[in-house]
Amino acid sequence: MGWKIIKTIGSGLGLTVYTATASAAWEVNLTPGVTDVSRSVFDLHMTIFWICVAIALVVFGVMFWSIFHHRKSRGAKAHHFHENTMVEVIWTIIPIIILVAMAVPATATLVQMYDTSEAELDVQITGYQWKWRYDYLDHELNFFSNLSTPRDQISNEADKQEHYLLEVDRHLVLPVETKIRFLLTSNDVIHSWWVPALAVKKDAIPGFINEAWTVINEPGIYRGQCAELCGKDHGFMPVVIEAVSKDDFNQWLADARVAEQAEAAAAERVWTLDELMQQGEQVYLRACAACHLPNGAGVPGAFPALKGSAVALGDVAAHIDIVLNGKSGTAMQAFRDQLSATELAAVITYERNAWGNSLGEAVSPAQIARLLTPSTGEAEQ
Amino acid sequence: MSTLDTTLHADAHEHHGPAKGMGRWLFTTNHKDIGSMYLWFSLLMFFVGGCMALMIRAELFQPGLQLIEPGFFNQMTTMHGLIMVFGAVMPAFVGLANWMVPMMIGAPDMALPRMNNWSFWILPFAFAMLISTLFMEGGAPNFGWTFYAPLSTTYAPPSVTYFIFAIHMMGISSIMGAINIIATILNMRAPGMTMMKLPLFCWTWLITAFLLIAVMPVLAGVVTMMLMDIHFGTSFFDAGGGGDPVLFQHVFWFFGHPEVYIMILPAFGIISQIIPTFARKRLFGYASMVYATASIAVLSFLVWAHHMFTVGIPLAGELFFMYATMLIAVPTGVKVFNWVATMFRGSMTFETPMLFALAFVVLFTIGGFSGLMLAIAPVDFQYHDTYFVVAHFHYVLVPGAIFSIMAGVYYWLPKWTGHMLDERMGKLHFWLSFIGVNITFFPMHFIGLAGMPRRIPDYALQFADFNMVASIGAFLFGLSQLIFLWNVIACVRGGRKAEARAWEGAEGLEWEIPSPAPYHTFATPPQLPESLR
Amino acid sequence: MSSSSYYVPEQSRWPILASVALFLLAYGAGTLLNALSAEQGGGLGLVLLLAGALMMGLILVGWFGNVIHESRGGLYSAQMDRSFRWGMSWFIFSEVMFFAAFFGALFYVRVLAVPWLGGEGDKGVSQMLWPDFVAQWPLMITPDAERFPGPAAVISPWHIPLLNTCLLVTSSFTLTLAHKALLRDARMQVRRWLFVTIVLGVVFIGFQAYEYAEAYHELGLTLQAGVYGATFFILTGFHGLHVTLGTLMLMIILGRIVVGHFDSRQHFGFEAVAWYWHFVDVVWIGLFLFVYVL
Ligand code: HEA
Ligand code: HEA
Ligand code: HEC
Ligand code: CUA
Ligand SMILES: [Cu+2]
Repeated sequence: MGWKIIKTIGSGLGLTVYTATASAAWEVNLTPGVTDVSRSVFDLHMTIFWICVAIALVVFGVMFWSIFHHRKSRGAKAHHFHENTMVEVIWTIIPIIILVAMAVPATATLVQMYDTSEAELDVQITGYQWKWRYDYLDHELNFFSNLSTPRDQISNEADKQEHYLLEVDRHLVLPVETKIRFLLTSNDVIHSWWVPALAVKKDAIPGFINEAWTVINEPGIYRGQCAELCGKDHGFMPVVIEAVSKDDFNQWLADARVAEQAEAAAAERVWTLDELMQQGEQVYLRACAACHLPNGAGVPGAFPALKGSAVALGDVAAHIDIVLNGKSGTAMQAFRDQLSATELAAVITYERNAWGNSLGEAVSPAQIARLLTPSTGEAEQ
Repeated sequence: MSTLDTTLHADAHEHHGPAKGMGRWLFTTNHKDIGSMYLWFSLLMFFVGGCMALMIRAELFQPGLQLIEPGFFNQMTTMHGLIMVFGAVMPAFVGLANWMVPMMIGAPDMALPRMNNWSFWILPFAFAMLISTLFMEGGAPNFGWTFYAPLSTTYAPPSVTYFIFAIHMMGISSIMGAINIIATILNMRAPGMTMMKLPLFCWTWLITAFLLIAVMPVLAGVVTMMLMDIHFGTSFFDAGGGGDPVLFQHVFWFFGHPEVYIMILPAFGIISQIIPTFARKRLFGYASMVYATASIAVLSFLVWAHHMFTVGIPLAGELFFMYATMLIAVPTGVKVFNWVATMFRGSMTFETPMLFALAFVVLFTIGGFSGLMLAIAPVDFQYHDTYFVVAHFHYVLVPGAIFSIMAGVYYWLPKWTGHMLDERMGKLHFWLSFIGVNITFFPMHFIGLAGMPRRIPDYALQFADFNMVASIGAFLFGLSQLIFLWNVIACVRGGRKAEARAWEGAEGLEWEIPSPAPYHTFATPPQLPESLR
Repeated sequence: MSSSSYYVPEQSRWPILASVALFLLAYGAGTLLNALSAEQGGGLGLVLLLAGALMMGLILVGWFGNVIHESRGGLYSAQMDRSFRWGMSWFIFSEVMFFAAFFGALFYVRVLAVPWLGGEGDKGVSQMLWPDFVAQWPLMITPDAERFPGPAAVISPWHIPLLNTCLLVTSSFTLTLAHKALLRDARMQVRRWLFVTIVLGVVFIGFQAYEYAEAYHELGLTLQAGVYGATFFILTGFHGLHVTLGTLMLMIILGRIVVGHFDSRQHFGFEAVAWYWHFVDVVWIGLFLFVYVL
């Protein structure tokens, strides 16, 4: 309610230069969110905001009163009073009282946020440059979630859609009315997993695990973003949660497993070079182009070029090795768990045959699948 | 102390003027020359850092990537933050201290004049090195001015090594500058200038200098650990070897939080000089101002983890840092109330320095309020690393630190140049800056609350409109600073003659000497004026 | 208390030259380190670094030479002396804070990070990532033992370190004796005690070097040996550097005594170095306790 006033002031500032297209673009406040915690956080925010406004009115009120009435041009003469212990004590005590009044509800909310006990579902969230991996620890299911906004929208060659930069290829599907514990960590640098509607923001720190929890009250799609600078594409790693009923969640789990098996089966069939190149290009653009650039030219000093690279043109085993296992201590991550055997074969084939790299040989999905089986599963550390 | 003998050494060199040519600036030991160099250097850095900010704002004018690549955007953000903090604000305050502290306390110069010159001349070299990284392979530092490991270690471009050494150089410069200021204030006061008569600008700087000496070495320590992790295979910030990336943040913010007060305490001092002058009334509570400054300094060592509420520190720690941070509002409030009480029933006029000082009080307080909101840990989970934080710190830094510097420059320009400034141009500069700064940074509160993370080159559509407003404001604010440049140059070159006491209500030793201040002042300790006895 | 007017030195070339030297040092070091890490030859960097170091050395000689000359020329008043004292005290305070950063890092990893990684305390869940890791201090087996192979053994505090402690503590005493002697203008004694102090310092450095060699070659205690090695070497390393610097300064002071500088009334140079030496000694006590013993 109250922030309507700000909204008006804010719009006033803007109106002179720009007419709003969509009213959503003038969003000015936190969302109350869809969890009990997010509501308390919102209430706390509004309370403190209004307290500050009230103090501001008093302080600035006195100040402007003086500015108008005690000015020399109006003949004001300076009254030489100073040092008054009474006044000074009062204006020390009153703020302390106000602060204590703020600290009490803040403490209560914080204690609540830290209570991760008795969770019904554990989801491990791992940050990667620049995507999220979700692991349903109790259900042996995991997948990666990449930005799905097409590149041509980002480069302004196509119209931007409603969820520009806030859409991903695979949603994190979660049941409502369930206490979910998130276990956050990272594979490379620090990321921060943030969904405003849940009031959950927690850093994902390599080598350590942070905990957070939520109980979502309403089904729906909730969007967030990575909130810790994590390199070049920090602005391009959104979070999308799809909250569904418990039944739908179980159904979705079952479907996801079937789909996984189908993936595995696909690796067994024989793929032609053209097929692999086609799929390889897609995979490349999705998973590799962020660093090695769509044309394989890389970024000198940061990411090597694949076009003409000794690895991409050399021994295939070494090429497969770096893509599957990455290179520790660099941004080149292990892709063995990120991509399916087919995708891996396709992208390696693509790298060996695109942009003037023309070895003409294909890496078969079956070959990769054999390499993957001995050590599939978690615990890659 | 009071019986300080004033016999003058009949030294033939005592009263000569400045040397001629470049040599004057390269070899000088004169606090006024060095002060001027600091100030010009700072202005240059402000423009360089400002141009980077404009590049950021231009890219953010609309959604989509238009002008610069994401990698380069991060370099701009990083360099903007670093240059503004270490290149613009800190040297400006040191410059003001150099000019004013000896004149305010009745000293002939700074305590250690040669070291003073060294402190300054390290800076251009340090910044040349920092800025040269923009042209290196892999680009300039791109990990934010807070350079969190491991983005700044394992994953950093090679130029990070130069960045580390540049930080070391800035640290050496700051520590020596601070030592000099402390030694000057503690040891060089004219007879009768007791500590509780010190002008507040000196008091705030004394405490700031203490903060600098306490925390710059810690910054040096943390970049040294980075250097070791990068080049010598240590694992301070790598869990694989038993270290912790969060350790970096603790050490950094142990420096970093006091650092932000380093950027505001001298500002409090300047404002506390200006408001009494133009209200023609003594500062309401001198002693409580001193104690408040000291309390802020002490508290500033106990709050660092409020920048780390989301990194997962244990609950008890989280609560401790939340309470400690909230407490800082109390001494800061004492300051604000004191300024208002000083104006109350005064006899006010509104020359340019006063306008900037008044805007400071209002806008800094707004920035302080948003700081207080950030201090509430559970709510900071929503604010952290969004534009709400960017709005907060620009409110305390731009209409805070920068406005105070401008107020100070306008206030003391007559003393430095011997000319009054063109009030019309000064007021124009003020109003354009005031409007510009609010158009730029006020909407950032909204986009932050609505969910826009900081340090991103492109954003979702619901943030578009306010971003456009902010960008327009930034260009307005930025361009208005050309008027400042014009004003300063015009005032150096000419204008109405300034009297010794350039402003009617001004009190203090610096206003007892002629304007412009002679090249050497107080070769013999002065008599204190009536008001200070 | 009386003083003549404050001595404000003439223009001086040293500061700007020193800035150039510092720049060369820093730029050279950066270039050298980057070249080494990229496994390229570090020619240019090394040249710049050495040029910077040489230049800095010469400047320090010249600059301090000036100061000594002025001081002996009687230009400095009591007030000037106080400025130097404040300057030196705050410089030492800044050094204290520099070491504090590393001690802080040591306490943090010992008390918080390592236990968390081993499954203890508030962030004990982190152990999920390192199932085989057991928290202990000294950290003999790191979480990722492949990248950071832990040390085979650590240095026992009761051999060389204890001896070193005795050496440094004694050296603080002998230095105080030298100071007392100076206050009595007993110059031969000053020389003798200063000399003893320097010898103690040199022996300390020798032992420390020996200990490093042993750590590297026998114990596998290296910079890369995980965070135990990292904190061990950064603390003892910077301390060792300070002892070396302190010993050099003591040598200069001894030289100045020999050529007749200082007397019982005026000897701030001597005192400054003594303060520094005591500070380095105190840091060692901290090291001995927290790095070696506990
Ligand atoms: C000049 C610099 C300056 C100053 C003075 C301050 C002042 C304060 N800051 Fe700010 N801050 C920064 C510069 C500064 N800050 C910067 C640069 C960052 C970001 C760093 C980065 O991540 O890049 C930051 C970030 C930052 C954060 C971290 C946010 C986040 O990343 O999530 C927090 C959280 O607590 C915070 C709090 C405060 C508080 C409580 C104050 C208090 O000192 C404010 C006190 C003042 C008032 C409260 C107003 C006046 C008081 C009254 C009128 C009295 C009555 C009031 C009450 C009782 C409410 N600041
Ligand atoms: C004192 C410090 C200070 C100051 C003064 C400023 C000033 C400004 N800042 Fe800065 N800012 C920071 C400190 C400061 N900032 C810090 C610490 C960060 C965080 C960095 C990080 O995330 O790591 C930051 C981040 C930051 C961001 C967020 C970037 C991001 O998250 O990606 C933005 C975005 O709008 C911004 C904008 C601005 C603008 C428009 C100004 C304007 O006020 C600037 C106005 C000045 C000018 C425009 C110069 C004017 C001169 C000319 C126009 C003349 C040109 C002439 C010649 C070259 C001869 N700043
Ligand atoms: C987050 C950034 C990033 C992503 C995404 C990425 N790479 Fe890399 N890649 C790197 C870096 C950095 C290196 C250099 C590692 C080193 O220092 O040797 C590298 C090296 C390589 C090399 C060796 C090149 C050479 O000449 O040394 C190959 C091949 C490669 N990557 C393939 C891929 C493939 C295939 C993908 C996608 C499935 C991919 N990369 C995705 C960062 C990335
Ligand atoms: Cu991941 Cu930012
Ligand atoms: Cu802070």
